Amino acid sequence: MNQDQAPIYEALEEFRRKRIVPFDVPGHKRGRGNPDLAKLFGKQCVEIDVNSMKPLDNLCHPISVIKKAEELAAEAFHAAHAFLMVGGTTSSVQTMVLTACKKGDKIILPRNVHRSVINALVVNGATPIYVNPDMDRRLGIALGMKISQVEKAIEANPDAVAILVNNPTYYGICSNLKKIVELAHAHNMLVLVDEAHGTHFYFGENMPITAMAAGADMSSISMHKSGGSLTQSSFLLIGESVSAGYVRQVINLTQTTSASYLLLASLDISRRNLAIRGKEAFAEVQRIADYARTEINKIGGYYAYGKELINNDSIYDFDTTKLTVFTLDIGLAGIEVYDLLRDEYDIQVELGDIGNILAYISIGDRMREVERLVSALYDIQRRYRRERTGLFDHEYINPSVVMTPQEAFYAAKEEMIPIRETNGRICTEFVMCYPPGIPILAPGERITQEIIDYILYAKEKGCSMTGPEDEKIERLNVIREQTIY
Amino acid sequence: MEFWFSEHHTENVKFSVKVDKHLYTNETDLGRVDIFESLEFGKFLAVDGYIIFTERDEFIYDEMLSHVPMAVHPNPKSVLIFGSGDGGVVEELLKYKSLERIDLVEVNDGVVEACRKFFPETASSLDDERVTVYTENALRFIRHIENEYDVIIVDSAGFYGPGESLLTREFYGGCYKALKADGIMVNQHQSPFYEEDRIETQKAHKRIVDSFPISRVYQAHIPSYPSGYWLFGFASKKYRPVLDLNADAWNKLGIKTDYYTTNLHKGCFALPAYVERMLADVEKIKD
Repeated sequence: MNQDQAPIYEALEEFRRKRIVPFDVPGHKRGRGNPDLAKLFGKQCVEIDVNSMKPLDNLCHPISVIKKAEELAAEAFHAAHAFLMVGGTTSSVQTMVLTACKKGDKIILPRNVHRSVINALVVNGATPIYVNPDMDRRLGIALGMKISQVEKAIEANPDAVAILVNNPTYYGICSNLKKIVELAHAHNMLVLVDEAHGTHFYFGENMPITAMAAGADMSSISMHKSGGSLTQSSFLLIGESVSAGYVRQVINLTQTTSASYLLLASLDISRRNLAIRGKEAFAEVQRIADYARTEINKIGGYYAYGKELINNDSIYDFDTTKLTVFTLDIGLAGIEVYDLLRDEYDIQVELGDIGNILAYISIGDRMREVERLVSALYDIQRRYRRERTGLFDHEYINPSVVMTPQEAFYAAKEEMIPIRETNGRICTEFVMCYPPGIPILAPGERITQEIIDYILYAKEKGCSMTGPEDEKIERLNVIREQTIY
Repeated sequence: MEFWFSEHHTENVKFSVKVDKHLYTNETDLGRVDIFESLEFGKFLAVDGYIIFTERDEFIYDEMLSHVPMAVHPNPKSVLIFGSGDGGVVEELLKYKSLERIDLVEVNDGVVEACRKFFPETASSLDDERVTVYTENALRFIRHIENEYDVIIVDSAGFYGPGESLLTREFYGGCYKALKADGIMVNQHQSPFYEEDRIETQKAHKRIVDSFPISRVYQAHIPSYPSGYWLFGFASKKYRPVLDLNADAWNKLGIKTDYYTTNLHKGCFALPAYVERMLADVEKIKD
């Protein structure tokens, strides 16, 4: 197929030229009924905020231009089929889980899985089997899955139906995807890849292997991250072994019937853009990131890491477009550098955790801004450097899954129990701790004294804790005693 | 036939100059450079449609950026200039025989090239043996330099485009570090008059106040710039701009100028009430 085409975009252009009189929704009628809306987004934009109609196809059951756009995307990503998604990559990830397993099934997951996965388990009632991700103790980040850990999980749960892999992680760490696929397929398990941070792997050169090339069965692609489309637009890819018709049914369980053509057109245009100029664009992204890494490492005190981390197992490969900088050696937490960059230097980076900041380098970056980032880091080091303090060291605590997330979610609860009194109870909430962004508790898990001590210690050490209803994390919601079985 | 160059000073204000000839145009990823011949302002250079300098009034700008710090610093030997690729500031500085070294960093070598062709008299100052021209990103240039210069002159083109990085805290921090313990930095500070320029002026001022112990603002009249009223920043580690001026010493140098005088030097730091207020609004520490 000719990747120069953008069928949805072209259909919208054609539609605009025809000057159709709208007696349908949306009610703003090309922005006329809501002047402030038209002013904020521009005439161009509100004019193509339209409803599904014959010339523009329908996302719930594509037969013309959306179908064509899906075929083009499938070809561009070397997938058997591609779905245009408008509910964020969360909707892609949840569709993968809902397609692969159902109530009573087991699914193998890394413990540092995205919250959307556990939420999907609340919906379908499947049981999570967690694999402990490897940790880098110095940097304080979670790594990929070790093959030995995956093997152990498969041996202990030969009846599991699928394995989900985060590849790459937020920090650009890749697992040995090909080997995981081999292992899983040998045991009749599907491989689902949360590839939210890996869109560019499909278009750039010298990049880590893609989920589709590794033989994975399904993959979620955050096109709006490195792919350049509008926020909330995403692709779901599948291989030959999964039925496209069934996946469509699963998607339609929760997907809107009024999909935004702004999002759909942005996916279409972005796919075309990457297919045509992705190779050069991502070579430039890599060049910029490599330059920034070299310059930041020259400053002294910072560590911008790259491929030297590779250990052939839990860091099987590294995505060099990710610019992550370890800051603790200048005596500043990543989150402090993150705040200084924004408040004092007008620079917003993607994240700051205890030990690191992550600057997102993409196809929209120019050298002049990179020079600013490097110089700002230099200036922060010059002005704010102080003695290094200890890093919060943490041990992985194996979760004790007593009931499925679904059972815990719908069970009768006792709310707001002081945390010190929860030993032995079953939690109905998430408790996340950053770093390293691994859940300490998920719904349906037994609270132990070890976990209580850990939460209190992490809080005292200034880790950022999220999840529970009680923002101060002094109280937790638990299952009512009599419902324990 | 009438041929007019127009530049928007605000969304609602337009400044036009009648043009006789369009002499030069060149577009790179650093911007579009044009040179025109005009009846009132002589030849003038524009980047991305904004006037950078005109033959008629550039002496005001160049003199105010050069002589103010040079008259305060008791013994300047080395000067670093950012921008000013036309050589106008260098031309003024070369009048100081005691100066040993002038480094000029201009990211846009297209400007230097065009100026050498169309303003050869001014641009020839760049050929002086004391002068070295670097074509490099300013932040990259200054990042690793420490304790090297007596005076730094920042001639940024404006708040948007490639010159934007010259108005950031990381840049001023780099300048502070590159200056010696008694060094002085001056910079163009935009105009306080129109709302949008005012916000940027305040922002730059805040950044400098945060970076230097002494930070003052002075003014000049520049007809071809928005509102015709322009500010400059004087930031220093040790010397105060008026109290530490040695007027006699400067006057003994016998430097001929058309705008700057030591009397004007003392007066130009006296600002209108509304400018004083807008600067005070963003200052934590007052001089």
